Amino acid sequence: MNVLVTVTEGATVDDEFRIDGLAIDDGSLTTDLNEWDEYALETAVRLAEADLVDEVVTVTIGPEDCEGTIRQVLAKGADRAIRVWDDALERSEMLDVGAKTALLAAVVETEEPDLVLTGVQSADEGFMATGVSLAAAVDYGWAAVVNALEVDPDERIARVRRELEGGVEERTEVDLPAVLTIQTGINEPRYASLRGIRMAQRKELAVRSLADLGLEASAVESRLRLRELAEPESESEARVLEGSSEEAAAELATVLREQGVGR
Amino acid sequence: MSDVLAVVDHRQGALRDVSFELLSAGRDLADATGGDLFVAVVNGPTAAFADEVDREGVDAIYTVDAGEEFDHDVYAGAAVHLVETLEPRILLAPNSVNGIDYLPAVATRLDWPLVTDAVGLELEGETLVATREHYGGKVEATLEVALDGGVAVTIRAGEWPAATGEGAASVEDVAFDLEESANRSRVLGFEAVAGGDVDIAEADVLVSVGRGIEDEENLELIEELAEALGATVSASRPVVDAGWLPKNRQVGQSGKVVTPDVYIAIGISGAVQHVAGMKGAKTIVAINTDPNAPIMDIADYAIHDDLFDVVPALIEQFE
Ligand SMILES: Cc1cc2nc3c(=O)[nH]c(=O)nc-3n(C[C@H](O)[C@H](O)[C@H](O)COP(=O)(O)OP(=O)(O)OC[C@H]3O[C@@H](n4cnc5c(N)ncnc54)[C@H](O)[C@@H]3O)c2cc1C
Repeated sequence: MNVLVTVTEGATVDDEFRIDGLAIDDGSLTTDLNEWDEYALETAVRLAEADLVDEVVTVTIGPEDCEGTIRQVLAKGADRAIRVWDDALERSEMLDVGAKTALLAAVVETEEPDLVLTGVQSADEGFMATGVSLAAAVDYGWAAVVNALEVDPDERIARVRRELEGGVEERTEVDLPAVLTIQTGINEPRYASLRGIRMAQRKELAVRSLADLGLEASAVESRLRLRELAEPESESEARVLEGSSEEAAAELATVLREQGVGR
Repeated sequence: MSDVLAVVDHRQGALRDVSFELLSAGRDLADATGGDLFVAVVNGPTAAFADEVDREGVDAIYTVDAGEEFDHDVYAGAAVHLVETLEPRILLAPNSVNGIDYLPAVATRLDWPLVTDAVGLELEGETLVATREHYGGKVEATLEVALDGGVAVTIRAGEWPAATGEGAASVEDVAFDLEESANRSRVLGFEAVAGGDVDIAEADVLVSVGRGIEDEENLELIEELAEALGATVSASRPVVDAGWLPKNRQVGQSGKVVTPDVYIAIGISGAVQHVAGMKGAKTIVAINTDPNAPIMDIADYAIHDDLFDVVPALIEQFE
């Protein structure tokens, strides 16, 4: 059995940030392995360690800049990585779910994994949709927001729990091949070991262009267009307690006592 | 003119609140184009649900009876079938855990573009303009997409008013064949996550801690504060995911919904899934270094400062 994990480099904005047209100014962004994908990767590596899976391959859509993040993923136990990028992608300010689906579907069709793991969402745009959309494109089974997984390679079934709202979980079984979107908390992701980091340098990181994947530029054109990015107008009506930490704490203590707290 | 098809959401015998908000969002869009609002009820007690969703502004209701509960294969199949027969150009569903478990598949099968988690929708001629939140609510993105063949959209709960008023919609039961090959998963049942010793929903005062606490060791500080205030400790998801506090302390969409008299959010940004669990608190206090954190939008009192300075000073006030 082989697993393909989609890995994306997510960005968080700093407390103070600048919007520069249709993008956030680079200087106010911090990029890292997307939080949800960390759990998806860990899930795959654990399946490999339990000998349920022969190979863990990752796929990332992104420019050369994100190879640092990809090496991190290799250091944490993925066997090899694929990075998909093309000049045609460089030019669009946004890749919508449809475009990502087309790119990832082409990779799934060449890799033919039994299981595809994605994060529930990327922390920056949070569409929560690529995994399920991909499943439909490649005609795999699927389950979204999975917080427990058991794989039965003989019966070719994944037994999962889906985390619904309000502390309720759904038990579902999905036939393989399948795409599962993995929720945080399903496991405790590891840190890369020094040995892992050394080994990662020697692992394969293949770069694929649209032509390599047999895709036309039109197939990955985003139909969603970004019109504007803005800082939302603050709806805050909070009374801000000012001054030094001690002064603010003293004022808060007064407020809390008025509410009957701590008396 | 474009018609709108809205597929409502239900679980364990009850329609979810967002379903009625979906009707308002759908009606607004249908009005903007002079089209009809169709509503689909898939599975469950369909006749009773059809009655409930027959609110003002709904033109026709279609029911599909192929089981008790949500099943994404049935939902996806039903949605594709209804789109092909009714030919709406906008397909709406809630951005719930179940909504995102099938609508992306429907969009792909129909080759429609997909917008998820919309907080605002507007029609400008043949263009649908959607507002979304990026970067955990710190940036507002306006997206546009041509209506062309059709667009699939999920909406965020709590952004549209619930539809009210008595409707006079026609109700039609729809049968369709779900291809055997399309049925790749089986829902086996539900489980409520274990309760445990503490019920944070019962607490009058909650001291709630988020990722800003950085390290498990630092939790001591929060526990000390809770003790000084006679409060109970709760948390946002990352603190629970890391295993620093048990699951029964988690506030939010997938944790508990709490309505204490006072909720003190410490190092919590206020992501939508967290806010879903605590916006009903009477008084909300936010302690956060980031004055633009979304939690500030719902806070009554705010301290824009480092929790490692404020919390010890606050403990001192109560000693
Ligand atoms: C399907 C789904 C379900 C979810 N369910 C839940 C749920 O039930 N509950 C939940 O909480 N989340 C839930 N989430 C996760 C949610 O999206 C956020 O990721 C999470 O709420 C963020 O937690 P946080 O605010 O603690 O962390 P962050 O968003 O990382 O915020 C940390 C905050 O701490 C502040 N900070 C940092 N250092 C300091 C300091 N020294 N002093 C003061 N402030 C500081 C920062 O400015 C920041 O605002 C869910 C997500 C998904 C996709």
